[in-house]
Amino acid sequence: MTPGAGSGRLPDAFLAPGSSSFAEFLSAQAPSLLPSRRTLPAGTTLEAPHGTTIVTVTFDGGVAMAGDRRATMGNIIANRDMEKVFATDEYSLVGIAGTAGLAIELVRLFQVELEHYEKIEGALMSLEGKANRLASMIRGNLGMAMQGLSVVPVFAGYDLEQSRGRIFSYDVTGGCYEEHDHHSVGSGSLFARGSLKKRFRRGQSLDEAVAIAVEALYDAADDDSATGGPDVGRRIWPTVGVVDVEGTRFVAEDDVAVVVDTLLASRVDDPGGAR
Amino acid sequence: MPFYVSPEQLMKDRADFARKGIARGRAVVVLQFDGGIAFVAENPSRALHKISEIYDRIAFAAVGKYPEFENLRVAGVRYADLRGYSYDRSDVTARGLANAYAQTLGTVFTQESKPYEVELVVAEVGASVEHDQIYRLTYDGSVADEQGFVAMGGGAEQIDTGLRAAWRPGMNLAEALVLAVGLLGADPAGGETRTLSPEQLEVAVLDRYRPRRRFRRVSGELLSRLLSSDDPTADVPEGDEGDSLRSATTNPQTQRPEHDGPAE
Repeated sequence: MTPGAGSGRLPDAFLAPGSSSFAEFLSAQAPSLLPSRRTLPAGTTLEAPHGTTIVTVTFDGGVAMAGDRRATMGNIIANRDMEKVFATDEYSLVGIAGTAGLAIELVRLFQVELEHYEKIEGALMSLEGKANRLASMIRGNLGMAMQGLSVVPVFAGYDLEQSRGRIFSYDVTGGCYEEHDHHSVGSGSLFARGSLKKRFRRGQSLDEAVAIAVEALYDAADDDSATGGPDVGRRIWPTVGVVDVEGTRFVAEDDVAVVVDTLLASRVDDPGGAR
Repeated sequence: MPFYVSPEQLMKDRADFARKGIARGRAVVVLQFDGGIAFVAENPSRALHKISEIYDRIAFAAVGKYPEFENLRVAGVRYADLRGYSYDRSDVTARGLANAYAQTLGTVFTQESKPYEVELVVAEVGASVEHDQIYRLTYDGSVADEQGFVAMGGGAEQIDTGLRAAWRPGMNLAEALVLAVGLLGADPAGGETRTLSPEQLEVAVLDRYRPRRRFRRVSGELLSRLLSSDDPTADVPEGDEGDSLRSATTNPQTQRPEHDGPAE
């Protein structure tokens, strides 16, 4: 696992004074475990499952994030019930679009990074600090993004200092931008963003935020084949995460089912386009 | 060195040196209660901890020289996080960590110019009382698998005697804390017993019934209530202020409470 692990004693690097970043420790100790430490032969492109649409919406006192459950590989549905919205710590969520395998690995590292910092320092990282850590991890993935294996997350969290939900978006180069009110990433994001623009209201409640996030996903699925709509037959509903002053949690599947049912009932005679 | 010192004498001197250093510090008590494992230390500092979280089910307590045990604590967090990241969260165990610490302390004791003046406890809370593990590590790297309770630091022998007499399995948290705090306040020299206030204490628990990250600190009003004899509070309440909703964190594969890792 690690250099010196055979002798049983903790390797010197473990005892050396150093930073409270797990990613930095990992890059020194076991670089092969870093998601970004891979090389593809130049000029090759790789077909791997892609995650698609994530929407995130602020509400009064927090932020909600919803993701569809479909992963696609070209025109194939690779997975129908994949999770793309993850709790990264007590006060933040990340949603991923792009190459699923890389993105999940990145999220895993990011989760350990935040927890590691919290344990070493005995304090939570600031929300901007978390957003910047994620940016630097994406930056490390640029080489692979150039070969089609991009990871584009959206990060949302509750800022304990400003007492509000905030959203950060990224580009493949690791650029980090704060978004206002709402944001969407992924292949269906164009349609989701249109939907959000019309339905978003400042100061809305949590329930309203969840409803419009699910509706935006529905609109994205309507027009983007890579985004999965609510799967009524298999009862697969979008993942909906929420962060507010109480912390991070997921909306229970049964509650999401109610939101979806209400939405489907309201759209049944009014699909908003050609039949 | 021009003169000869026998290995026996050398080791004895080192051990005496380390023991003296450790005995100067205030004691830490680790004891089981019905809902997990409690850690109690006299420590007026809010920032320099003697007790801390290592991993989901594992916590660390130490007495002795702060920079030395802090160094070991950070190494333990690195060890645990690296192992959990490269394998699975369920593969991080207190036994593995205790062994790594034991080897490290043993090597330092025999090979470095000065042994570590520390004594540690690595504890892991299990699914039931029988599965709790408490390992005590001394400055020379010896490990003991303890049942029920451990006291270490200044006056530890006297506290240990007190625990032996009064501790019993199945105590609730309030009873366990009152017992530990009472013993910590006793003067080893036989003088007057001090009453430690919540501000002088550092208290944490590994709560068996908490999801995922089971470590939590107990302080402020909650600690006062637990220590107060005329308050019915006997356990850490579900969802009080300062409580963390940690149910949903970490590993993407196990973030939902219903798949909370493999059965323990």
